[in-house]
Amino acid sequence: MTIPVAPGTDIPTKNESRPVWSRGILRALSSRLVILVPYLWLLAFFLVPFAIVVKISFSQTTLAIPPYTPVLEGVGSLWQNLREFSFDNYLWLTQDALYFNAYVTSVVIAAVSTVLALLVGYPLAYGVARAPSALRPLLLMLVILPFWTSFLIRVYAWIGILKPEGLLNQFLMAIGLIDQPLLIMNTYTAIFIGIVYSYLPFMVLPLYAALEKMDYSLIEAAQDLGCTRSSAFWKITFPLSRPGIIAGCMLVFIPAVGEFVIPDLLGGSQTLMIGKTLWNEFFANRDWPVSSAVAVILLLLLVVPIMIFQQAQARQQEQGR
Amino acid sequence: MALQSLNSIRRGFEPWNDPAARPYIHFDRVTKKFGDFAAVNDLSLTIFEREFFALLGASGCGKSTLLRMLAGFEEPTSGRILLDGQDLRGVPPYRRPVNMMFQSYALFPHMTVEKNIAFGLKQDGMPAADIAARVAEMLRLVKLEEFAKRKPHQLSGGQRQRVALARSVAKRPKVLLLDEPLGALDKKLREETQFELMDLQQDLGLTFLVVTHDQEEAMTMADRIAILDKGEVMQVATPPEIYEAPGSRFVADFVGSVNLFQGQVTRRDAGRAEIAGPGLVIHTANPGDAEQGKTVHYAIRPEKIRLSSFPPENARANAAQGEIYDIAYLGDVTIYNVKLDSGQIVKSTVINSQRSADDPLTWGDRAWIAFQPDSGVVLTR
Amino acid sequence: MNTGGWSRFNIASVTLGFAFLYLPILLLVIYSFNASRLVTVWGGFSTQWYAALLQNQGLLDAAWVTLQVALVSATVATVLGTLAALALTRYTRFRGRILFSGMVFAPLVMPEVITGLSLLLLFVAIGLDRGMLTVTLAHITFAMCFVAVVVQSRLLTFDRSLEEAAMDLGATPVKTFFAITLPVIAPAIISGWMLAFTLSLDDLVIASFTSGPGATTLPMKIYSQVRLGVTPEINAICTILIAIVATGVIIASLVNKRREVQRLRDEQAAGRA
Repeated sequence: MTIPVAPGTDIPTKNESRPVWSRGILRALSSRLVILVPYLWLLAFFLVPFAIVVKISFSQTTLAIPPYTPVLEGVGSLWQNLREFSFDNYLWLTQDALYFNAYVTSVVIAAVSTVLALLVGYPLAYGVARAPSALRPLLLMLVILPFWTSFLIRVYAWIGILKPEGLLNQFLMAIGLIDQPLLIMNTYTAIFIGIVYSYLPFMVLPLYAALEKMDYSLIEAAQDLGCTRSSAFWKITFPLSRPGIIAGCMLVFIPAVGEFVIPDLLGGSQTLMIGKTLWNEFFANRDWPVSSAVAVILLLLLVVPIMIFQQAQARQQEQGR
Repeated sequence: MALQSLNSIRRGFEPWNDPAARPYIHFDRVTKKFGDFAAVNDLSLTIFEREFFALLGASGCGKSTLLRMLAGFEEPTSGRILLDGQDLRGVPPYRRPVNMMFQSYALFPHMTVEKNIAFGLKQDGMPAADIAARVAEMLRLVKLEEFAKRKPHQLSGGQRQRVALARSVAKRPKVLLLDEPLGALDKKLREETQFELMDLQQDLGLTFLVVTHDQEEAMTMADRIAILDKGEVMQVATPPEIYEAPGSRFVADFVGSVNLFQGQVTRRDAGRAEIAGPGLVIHTANPGDAEQGKTVHYAIRPEKIRLSSFPPENARANAAQGEIYDIAYLGDVTIYNVKLDSGQIVKSTVINSQRSADDPLTWGDRAWIAFQPDSGVVLTR
Repeated sequence: MNTGGWSRFNIASVTLGFAFLYLPILLLVIYSFNASRLVTVWGGFSTQWYAALLQNQGLLDAAWVTLQVALVSATVATVLGTLAALALTRYTRFRGRILFSGMVFAPLVMPEVITGLSLLLLFVAIGLDRGMLTVTLAHITFAMCFVAVVVQSRLLTFDRSLEEAAMDLGATPVKTFFAITLPVIAPAIISGWMLAFTLSLDDLVIASFTSGPGATTLPMKIYSQVRLGVTPEINAICTILIAIVATGVIIASLVNKRREVQRLRDEQAAGRA
């Protein structure tokens, strides 16, 4: 029998009140469980499902369309799987311009929205970070509060505002700024507004974290050395908040690319973003292999921004120490 | 020899000089490696029962690792640690008869002072009534009776320190380990607390092992001090020995400030030697293991160097001439830096109550330094 | 700390920012009390739409399903997420650690459509009928990752000497965990639970994929009605949801704030003592 002992210990001595092995097993077991339980859960409900998506994306369309009920095959059917292996679904994605357009549109919309969110979020984060310290927790809570309320509700709220007979048009016409209702609903503009609005807290929080840490005496030192207020901002504050900018932008960009609810409710039927395409492919066309292929490509698209985000996070954590 | 008067500050307590005394804690050729880095390197050390022992060294010298190995948070890579004859290898921290007072105090923030102190007793399954009695006793001991129901964050730094102390002595451990026990206190409180700790150790009759980087703290409290550097023991001795008779240049330089003269041993007789340094010849009555012809260092403390504008009357005395280079007035003493004609800068400390008004020395003055043959020591390491 | 003062520009941008964040919600709340069925024309104050909600059995059923799913999934996700956080902070070396931390962080940025699709395909593959159980499993999976992040950030600042002190005083590792570690990180675990709970309450996309007949959640119900246009009933139910969440968050932060203020006062008092 092998006795599990901590590395570095060799022979148990007789002076001990309890034999070393009972403790060793207990300790090993409890530490294994801490790792094993969440590990297995994530394997079963995150990695395996994703592997299935990849597998189905390579399977032949006809075979994998419901009402077929695939069962997890054993190793024995591996050969069969390999024979079924096909790039059909991916070829399909390249042949139909719809998918390519949807990917491009998604990335462009997400990028524009990210820039807009930065333009709105930076002054807000800066203002909160510079607020009197007694006020700051309250302001911060006000930034976070919308995040806790339902995403769906927040998007929905804009429908009543943006539609042709909606509150915004009513207001603008009442004050005489326009005499024809603006067509905002079901346009890209509506999607931009929706994304900026929904993801603003994600932009503001990392920016705030970066700006709040900053020592204001750096600005004073820059001014002391001859910088004007605005050049001190661009030369000191802005570069120092870069990790926050990167993190905030990635936190907005990444989910925005795959966004479904906002284009669906505010963008109307014309705008095709990739999340919506996937949804339609799945629920309307019931084409599981193609929607799986769409999902795989979408994820590949997001790998780079995700890595940028992780690096920015790691750097910020290092700075925090 | 002059050094024999440098014994323990506690009269009659010097088990280390008693060949029959049984070692209480024994580090036996202990090595601890973290990766390739040896935090503790083949170190042996013996500590006796009821001793107040200090491990003194700069940060990263291995002193904390040594303490943590005794507490059981780290296992030695090789070597043994014996406590009261028992080999501690494999004994987890919660079964070791030692307790530790942490540098951060590590008071449990969600428990009251009382609960903190009772925590260790509860783990031993002590009856509730006994726990209550012991907690009350501990609170009395550290004078925190009125604070029993407070949480740690409701206490001042000094009070927290005393709770940590009470908690760690409540179980009457065989050894109390103190990791920088006074490091977080301000200077004034630190000085008061040093004496309280010494009294407590006397009253409870416990063995204290304290880790510190503060030499003053170690000198004040400890029966013996071990100076550590790079995981090795440089010297173990009583505070007066450490100061007056450092065993190496490292120790001489580490504890207090020192003037070092390099020179060659030109004469070696029984109990005395003559060293030819740059610009002066040193006669010493403490030759150590100096050998004829060898290059050695002569260490002498600044307060042993007399400063005068006249040459010493006794021409045989160790003396050299130079120029006053810097003066620092510190209130109780004044420090003079004298640039000798050889180019070496020598520090001399003069107690202000003894500074003679009729010999005022100031920047740029020519002056003589002089010291007695038994004032310094010869160091070969 | 030196903040260099709050300039007029700062005040203006904060005001405008919050107006942008809160005006739409405020309008939605106001128009839920509109007597007119035309949602954008004010026809006087009325609470009739709230009364109508109570008659809407479908909506009430959906709310009940959502609540059950959220309670169960938040609780399980909190346990799993806390374990994951412990594994990540306490065991720096174990086989497959990189994969593990990847799996913990990936769901945070994974588009919901992908998470939903992949879980659905899993449930179909293992022949699990879609319903409340599958939604709950799905919600546990993505919420546990959020809990893990919240708890992990607390554990990173946790003073390990507290645990060493407990063991030094004779507590076994297991006892140390329950007597010291858990109580100290409890606030983070509670906020992790709250986060998991609201995520589950909110979720539309993942639930749409993984839910089946008879397990329609409230967001799914709202979504299907929203697609048909803005109605005062939806305004009313949204207002109720906002009120619940806002009350919860505000109470939680007030409690926190009071504790913080008390703590500060205590510390000042202790400092003078």
